[in-house]
Amino acid sequence: MNVNMGNVLGLVFANMHDITVGDLTKSRTMGSILFGGRYRLIDFPLSNMVNSGICEVGVITKSNYQSLLDHLGSAREWDLSRKKGGLHILPPFGHVETGLYRGRLEALYGALSFIKSSLTEYVVLSDCDVVTNMDYKPIVEQHVESGADITVVTTTKVVSTEQALNSTVFAVGVDGRIHDVLVRCPISGQATISLNTFVMKKDFLIDLIQTSFARGMYSFEQDVLQARVKELNIRSYNYDKFFRKIDNVLSYFNANLDLIDVENSKALFLPKRPIYTKVRDNAPSKYGLDSSVTNSLIADGCVIEGEVENCVLFRGVKIGKGSKVKNSILMQDTIIGKDCEISYVITDKNVNICNNRLLTSSAAYPMFIGKGASV
Amino acid sequence: MFNKKECVAMLLAGGQGSRLYALTQKVAKPAVPYGAKYRIIDFPLSNCINSGIDTVGVLTQYQPLVLNEYIGNGQPWDLDRIHGGVHVLPPYQKASGADWYSGTANAIYQNMEFVDRYDPEYVIILSGDHIYKMDYNKMLTYHKSKNADATIAVLDVPLEEASRFGIMITDDDDNIIDFEEKPKNPRSTLASMGIYIFNWGKLKSYLIANENDKEASKDFGKNIIPDMKKAGEKLVAYRFDGYWKDVGTIDSLWEANMDLINPNIPIDLYDPAWKIYSRNPVMPPQNIGKNAKIQNSMVTEGCNIDGTVDFSMISDGVTIEEGAKVTDSILMPGAVVKKDAIVEYSIVGENSVIGSGCHVGARPEDMECRDDWGIAVVGHGLNISDGTAILPKQIISEDM
Repeated sequence: MNVNMGNVLGLVFANMHDITVGDLTKSRTMGSILFGGRYRLIDFPLSNMVNSGICEVGVITKSNYQSLLDHLGSAREWDLSRKKGGLHILPPFGHVETGLYRGRLEALYGALSFIKSSLTEYVVLSDCDVVTNMDYKPIVEQHVESGADITVVTTTKVVSTEQALNSTVFAVGVDGRIHDVLVRCPISGQATISLNTFVMKKDFLIDLIQTSFARGMYSFEQDVLQARVKELNIRSYNYDKFFRKIDNVLSYFNANLDLIDVENSKALFLPKRPIYTKVRDNAPSKYGLDSSVTNSLIADGCVIEGEVENCVLFRGVKIGKGSKVKNSILMQDTIIGKDCEISYVITDKNVNICNNRLLTSSAAYPMFIGKGASV
Repeated sequence: MFNKKECVAMLLAGGQGSRLYALTQKVAKPAVPYGAKYRIIDFPLSNCINSGIDTVGVLTQYQPLVLNEYIGNGQPWDLDRIHGGVHVLPPYQKASGADWYSGTANAIYQNMEFVDRYDPEYVIILSGDHIYKMDYNKMLTYHKSKNADATIAVLDVPLEEASRFGIMITDDDDNIIDFEEKPKNPRSTLASMGIYIFNWGKLKSYLIANENDKEASKDFGKNIIPDMKKAGEKLVAYRFDGYWKDVGTIDSLWEANMDLINPNIPIDLYDPAWKIYSRNPVMPPQNIGKNAKIQNSMVTEGCNIDGTVDFSMISDGVTIEEGAKVTDSILMPGAVVKKDAIVEYSIVGENSVIGSGCHVGARPEDMECRDDWGIAVVGHGLNISDGTAILPKQIISEDM
């Protein structure tokens, strides 16, 4: 079986799960949350689609999408500025019948005319809450071979109650067919959960969108996966490669710091399947006379004159002389003055911390400092 | 249809750069990596776009593969344009025969048609072997205000260095009254930076005349400028007072890199209003390990560093393993320094691997005889096996 990936349409939901990371999505979409020093979360599904050979992608947005539009631009950096296909941004109010959607099915209804006009045969749908380097080709191939109506990418792992509440949980038979679906169920322990990536035939999806809309149904998880699990052939694709699911601020914090581990970073940043992002043309990072940097991930354009340990520094971060920064995530253009002590802190973009400030929190609850704040 | 442009830039990038030896064996000099994430040509190209010049012809001849691929459609410099943009201009076959570019003037002569398509008033001649940030538009404004036929950018250099350059002798009004090439006893300290603005119509007539002179060496410095002077054209000097460095030799390339980490040297790569653009390698952020110690250095994306780095430029995708020590050196893209190797006062070429326990180069203060000291160079794509010692001044172009 060899599927022509040029025959597959990609759909990315930029706003799904916004609510789970409230602080971070105050002025942006889930997809435009900064991640891993130089990326935004949407870079992962977009790069994965491009690296899998998909060349037509729609990005479905709902609100707060200015940062997303800024980031994507003409999509050339993902090689999606194409004559045939390419990237399409699908905002709400796309046509007269649609507005702010309540769930995935309504979101898709808003994008219906785009989906219909595509000449592709299959569709891969992905959210922006999973950081991974995923090849969609074997998933589409399994989907075609198995004759499934819907293929859901899943993983089996130990989950906490909070994680389970934020995930769709499946009961999967030995043949890979999904027999039962739990939505927002307060369980814990070993579970097979959804990675919010789905494969369908395009015509099947269009039919699904239209019938659901006619009946006023809007939740894909509840109204389709759960309600029609017996009737439809829903199958799981078991994914066992490196991934991190972002379902709250703490998991965001940990997922960033996890990338400092070279093993993790090697599993995510594969040289032959690079993760693309917007280029900012920063100069290289400069390490000063008395700087000390250990166990950290540093993007370009930083100027470091103090001490940095266990940190992720985004592009253009400046750290003054005598400052000590530990276990923290400093987003784009954060400026830390002289002689500060900072630990377990997340600073959003353009945060300015003056000289001699002491900011500490704990591993269980990192302190978040909002965009543009001055401390 | 071509839109008219006021000024077209012609960038001479065909030079072999033979004084960079192993570093230019397979790449033209303008494509030699510089400053951790740049190549030399990024500087003139970024200067062009930052100065509002959006039409650039790049004249290539020697080993153009890497350079052509790097320039591509010019997008990284915003030079992918509907009208204008960057164009790579190699020598080509004509009905009358085929010729290599036989000199800087000849290269422009062979591409007069390219310039004519944009019908410019002025043409600026640049070269691909200098590191500097310069607003060409200011120079053009000066050229126009002086009503000059040709303007040559000059730098006031210390008297003791003046004999290394082409020196311009000017009157009180900065009109060029004479010039001398690498004079023993310089009469002035104004060194030519190899940047010229000409009125295109005038330049064309001199290029054609020079081409018809079989004896001429078809060079701007040797022919065109003296010819124009002789004929009484108005030549003026444009004084530039920023940072400018020729990177034509191993030593000057090394120095120019070290200048970027010297706080007393005025070249600022962090100025958002005058960014130096480069082609992005698409790599994750640099990963600094638990045993790393980095000071006084510049490091860029894709690096994995777990060793000691001091006073060095570390380009994209470089790996420095635990226990390795890199000081006062330049590591070009993709270089690997294995465990416990020492690299001092050296340049390591692209994708070269320094085996564990190797010792490359030495500090000048550790030498018995200072005359034996010099920057050690490992060329591109080489494997240096474990425990090898590479002496200072040595230039390696084969596996060891």
